[in-house]
Amino acid sequence: MATTRPSPDQTRTLVSGAHAARTTIALKLAMAVSGLIFIAFVLGHMYGNLKAFAGHDAFNDYAHHLRTLGEPVLPYGGLLWIIRVGLIASLVVHVTSAVLLWKRASSARQHKYAVRKYRSSTLSSRTMRWGGLTILLFLVWHLLNFSIGKVNPQGGPTNDPYDLLVDTFEVWWLTLIYLVAMVALGMHLRHGTWSASQTLGLTNSARSRRTANLAGITLAVVVAGGFSLVPIFTLFGVIS
Amino acid sequence: MIINLKVWRQDSPAVEGELVSYQVEASEDMSFLEMLDVLNEDLIGKGEEPVVFESDCREGICGSCGLMINGQAHGPEVTTSCQLHMRSFKDGDEIVVEPWRADPFPVLKDLMVDRSAFDRLIASGGYVSVNTGAAPDAHAVPVPKPNADRAFDVATCIGCGACVAACPNGSASLFLGAKITHLSELPQGQAERDQRVVNMVGQHDHEGFGGCTNIGECTAACPKGIPLDVISRLNSDLRTALRHGR
Amino acid sequence: MTDAHRTTTPDGIVQGSDEQHDDAAGYYVDGEPIADTKAPGGPLAERWSTRQFDAKIVNPANRRKVSAIIVGTGLAGASAAATMGEAGYVVKSFCYQDSPRRAHSIAAQGGINAAKNYKGDGDSVHRLFYDTIKGGDYRSRESNVYRLAEVSVNIIDQCVAQGVPFAREYGGLLDNRSFGGVQVSRTFYARGQTGQQLLLGAYQALERQIAAGTVHCYTRHEMLELIVVDGRARGIIARDLVSGEIETHLADVVVLASGGYGNVFYLSTNAMNSNVTASWRAHRKGALMANPCYTQIHPTCIPVTGTHQSKLTLMSESLRNDGRIWVPKKKADCDKDPRDIPEEDRDYYLERIYPAFGNLVPRDIASRQAKNVCDEGRGVGPEVEGVRRGVYLDFADAMERLGRPAIEAKYGNLFDMYARITGEDPYQVPMRIYPAVHYVMGGLWVDYDLQSTIPGLFVTGEANFSDHGANRLGASALMQGLADGYFVLPNTIRDYLSASPFEKIAEDHPAVVEAQQAVRERVDKFLSTNGTRSVDSYHRELGNIMWEYCGMERTADGLRKAIDLIRTLRQDFHRNVRVLGSGENINQSLEKAGRVADFFELGELMCIDALNRRESCGGHFRGESQTEDGEALRHDDQYAYVAAWAWPGQGEDGESLPPVLHKEHLNYEFTEMKQRSYK
Ligand SMILES: Cc1cc2nc3c(=O)[nH]c(=O)nc-3n(C[C@H](O)[C@H](O)[C@H](O)COP(=O)(O)OP(=O)(O)OC[C@H]3O[C@@H](n4cnc5c(N)ncnc54)[C@H](O)[C@@H]3O)c2cc1C
Ligand code: HEM
Ligand code: SF4
Ligand code: FES
Repeated sequence: MATTRPSPDQTRTLVSGAHAARTTIALKLAMAVSGLIFIAFVLGHMYGNLKAFAGHDAFNDYAHHLRTLGEPVLPYGGLLWIIRVGLIASLVVHVTSAVLLWKRASSARQHKYAVRKYRSSTLSSRTMRWGGLTILLFLVWHLLNFSIGKVNPQGGPTNDPYDLLVDTFEVWWLTLIYLVAMVALGMHLRHGTWSASQTLGLTNSARSRRTANLAGITLAVVVAGGFSLVPIFTLFGVIS
Repeated sequence: MIINLKVWRQDSPAVEGELVSYQVEASEDMSFLEMLDVLNEDLIGKGEEPVVFESDCREGICGSCGLMINGQAHGPEVTTSCQLHMRSFKDGDEIVVEPWRADPFPVLKDLMVDRSAFDRLIASGGYVSVNTGAAPDAHAVPVPKPNADRAFDVATCIGCGACVAACPNGSASLFLGAKITHLSELPQGQAERDQRVVNMVGQHDHEGFGGCTNIGECTAACPKGIPLDVISRLNSDLRTALRHGR
Repeated sequence: MTDAHRTTTPDGIVQGSDEQHDDAAGYYVDGEPIADTKAPGGPLAERWSTRQFDAKIVNPANRRKVSAIIVGTGLAGASAAATMGEAGYVVKSFCYQDSPRRAHSIAAQGGINAAKNYKGDGDSVHRLFYDTIKGGDYRSRESNVYRLAEVSVNIIDQCVAQGVPFAREYGGLLDNRSFGGVQVSRTFYARGQTGQQLLLGAYQALERQIAAGTVHCYTRHEMLELIVVDGRARGIIARDLVSGEIETHLADVVVLASGGYGNVFYLSTNAMNSNVTASWRAHRKGALMANPCYTQIHPTCIPVTGTHQSKLTLMSESLRNDGRIWVPKKKADCDKDPRDIPEEDRDYYLERIYPAFGNLVPRDIASRQAKNVCDEGRGVGPEVEGVRRGVYLDFADAMERLGRPAIEAKYGNLFDMYARITGEDPYQVPMRIYPAVHYVMGGLWVDYDLQSTIPGLFVTGEANFSDHGANRLGASALMQGLADGYFVLPNTIRDYLSASPFEKIAEDHPAVVEAQQAVRERVDKFLSTNGTRSVDSYHRELGNIMWEYCGMERTADGLRKAIDLIRTLRQDFHRNVRVLGSGENINQSLEKAGRVADFFELGELMCIDALNRRESCGGHFRGESQTEDGEALRHDDQYAYVAAWAWPGQGEDGESLPPVLHKEHLNYEFTEMKQRSYK
């Protein structure tokens, strides 16, 4: 039946009982909020990592200090666990929303263009999903490496955070994986920061859009750069 | 000038289509659609069915025309397909012409798609509920000029669908945001503001458009230059509605 | 008073206007006079309220049982459909575009008039009424025009309440401008996109009713026949342009709001698919066609560049406020770079002929003078078919006087549009402009209630003939469309509908079957002709004939020639047109074929009407009727009537029978008929 069109009443209808919480924009808001939590986390995490430049003891003190934060109200390691739970929840929210929106976007255009040229969009903006996936994979490895699994590739001690770090980044390909992940993170932040401002409805003028974009670039450079310093310097033996 | 065209031909929504090559002799003064008119005259002369494409005003205001030209919605200039002229191309160029691609805009034939989803978006809330004859005097409510001007700027959307066509997610957020912003800027639009945004976004999702990831291809393709901040306004209006428990 | 003038025909014969001419003898048959019986008498200002009171009301509970078909979703149709939906009628709305929002009203630029007198510059309903009557060159009805002026104020209120973003001043109140040479500022506008904003307002109101379920909108549907049962309009036959299905839609009343037929000229500022089919099918079923020859030609359009041209683009008339129009004095200079032509070799012909008004003379005069200079061989721009058709519109002086930034601020978007279309930079080189067909004042005859001569068939907007006489003022078409749709029709139609419910019509009623049959046969005929020429090529040729002989200046000889040419071409069209593909699918050639077939018949009637009206009035200029210095000359003693034409049917071989002329005498009780002068 190629020629008869089903009447509009049969197929396309007006929805009734729409709810704000069940919209794609609500999903986006959830991503933005969880994304901002990640941003706060990576900034803190990066600050901690940079302690490596202060030497073995300062770094390990910091790692220990993280666990005593909030004592005596909270038990040893309590705040860290709260942060962990918060981060895991955010990750679940962030990734679930990402997956839902990804699926939705691919079914919104099942037939692709034969020729496609982009006009103005950044590479970062178009690679959010694969970039996010890269970060996720990295995250798994990263946790195995330093947190849950504590794998020391050089067979050294795993209960000394500083030594674990140094032993890891002295291996060139481990540093490389780390750096690739940081590029992915930088790109994710470059677009993510701007995107979250827009999703939260904070970019209502050309000026605020420029500011949000600038913030994205700055954060990307600072975070990706900041995280990369320690591995690079370790690889070249500055940190040992 | 000789133009080597590759045009999407598809007989109906139910059958597969393909890109077919044609050669056309065009002149620089022609609009892109006039070049297609020439192609169609040639085809009729040869006894082949002409290419179906849409246009009506041919002056960039009705929003009927809409072609993906070499991978860009409405072609290389920022304007409508009907206002694109052949002087934007060179002798011997190859031009690939495809219809808008988005599942909520199914292809009807060749380059013509069904954009009735946009009408339903408006029907779901893109209006002020005022019956004829129930209006107060036009000067009863002054509107600050900046708001009136912004409302106008975003109300110039022609509903062409280029934003959807250009969006990697197939989202209609720019179109939606334009209408939300238009009515949110005006005192007349306030009473239904929460309900409007919820219903319209609900309809948007129901139609199968993708979610926005703020990539900005829409605004870059928009022949009327609708800015991205309408999407920010759309989001903040939805957030407010969420807070109000809608 | 026109009798005081004596006229000179181009061939130099001086004749008194009291002489009776019947140029169209043999081309038409005289019929009974007609009259508008619905307008109440009494003081002008009370007529509309009297009529509204006298018109019967349909009980709200019964409205759900009353159905209306409205063809067209432009300003006139969308506003009517929304309003009738709100009132509770069951409405079916039709348009050929994919969305009601794309109707050609969307393209109107300049603005909409209303007698709000927000500027306190002495405007009033009466002044708007008077300006419109005078602008129409005393060929419109006083009652109708007064009502139009009266409801104009309600339109603005309604649109503002809908959220139409009209231009505003810093204080937050609405801004107005003066438009089309009137003395007061009464034009409301939304930058250069007033029609778009007004239509979107009406469209949104319509979509709201669609959501509410009172209106069902059939987009991509083209009305191809009117169903008349027992003398009443009871429905339409429409083709679903996607599936090709021929559908029958029945209702208690039919409203046509299908726009103007300027596309009979092929090239015009109308949308590509604007057509006369809805009106023409009604005409063939008995509705009279009034003043079909009244055409408005707009002076500031972008000239034709070649034979590939598909349509013409209007540029706002406001350009004439600062631009100076000229052509070279010498033919030899016509292909020179205009900047190299010295001041003394330029002919600023409007300033020369009309020192008082200069470049701001009314549309018809500016257009005709442009044609005259080009006919003399002094046109500029590329030669198209051997003639240069263009005149310069030069901003060099204005730029010197006001500076480029001021010009950019005022006209930037128009200059950009010009540059995009022509590839020339108007800041450097003078623009080229030429007149183009823009609007038709003629249309289906309607009474004060907007009802045609077929009971139950109402006509609104540009499709009717009602309010503009022989010439429409700028910013008045939008006003009329919305006045008709929001305020007039919903109030007058109820008088007709109060007699409902009408008898139910079965789909197999002989009149319905006959209408279906006629449409099927026509479609099949086009598809099976298997000729050699495309529809467009015929349309283009018809357009050339119309433009040449029934365009800016018309003469008896030219019109007779045109009629012959049209008849021959029409016969050839029916024998030799090539429409490929099938009827069961989208087929744009088939759509066009139907439209062009109707344009042929309309074109012939326009020529006959023009031939009959041996006077010059408004947009109709007869070479035989001009003053000694070439100005339009009306003959109120002979032609102060509306020419309403009846379809005579066709002879056996499809040859034309002479149409029947019914005259509606125009009576001026409240205004004095004057001759225009702009010297
Ligand atoms: C370029 C331009 C600029 C203008 N500027 C101004 C201005 O500044 N001010 C002003 O007052 N006026 C202006 N006008 C005139 C004014 O725009 C029109 O006269 C007016 O908008 C006509 O409105 P309408 O509703 O009668 O018809 P339209 O808007 O033309 O609508 C016709 C409707 O009928 C439908 N239709 C037609 N035939 C069929 C059929 N057979 N079957 C089904 N549907 C059918 C179409 O789909 C469409 O929906 C301008 C006109 C043009 C061309
Ligand atoms: C430290 C890690 C991460 C940070 C800091 C982060 C940050 C952000 C931010 C701020 C946004 C913008 C939200 C918005 O548009 O409103 C975002 C979007 C997104 N993130 Fe993440 N994210 C991280 C990890 C991930 C992971 C692991 C994935 C894996 C799937 C992911 C996938 C996405 C996707 C698909 C988007 C949507 C793109 C967009 O909206 O523009 N992100 N992220
Ligand atoms: S927002 Fe722009 S691109 Fe999208 S429909 Fe409107 S005019 Fe077209
Ligand atoms: S045809 Fe109207 S916008 Fe292109």
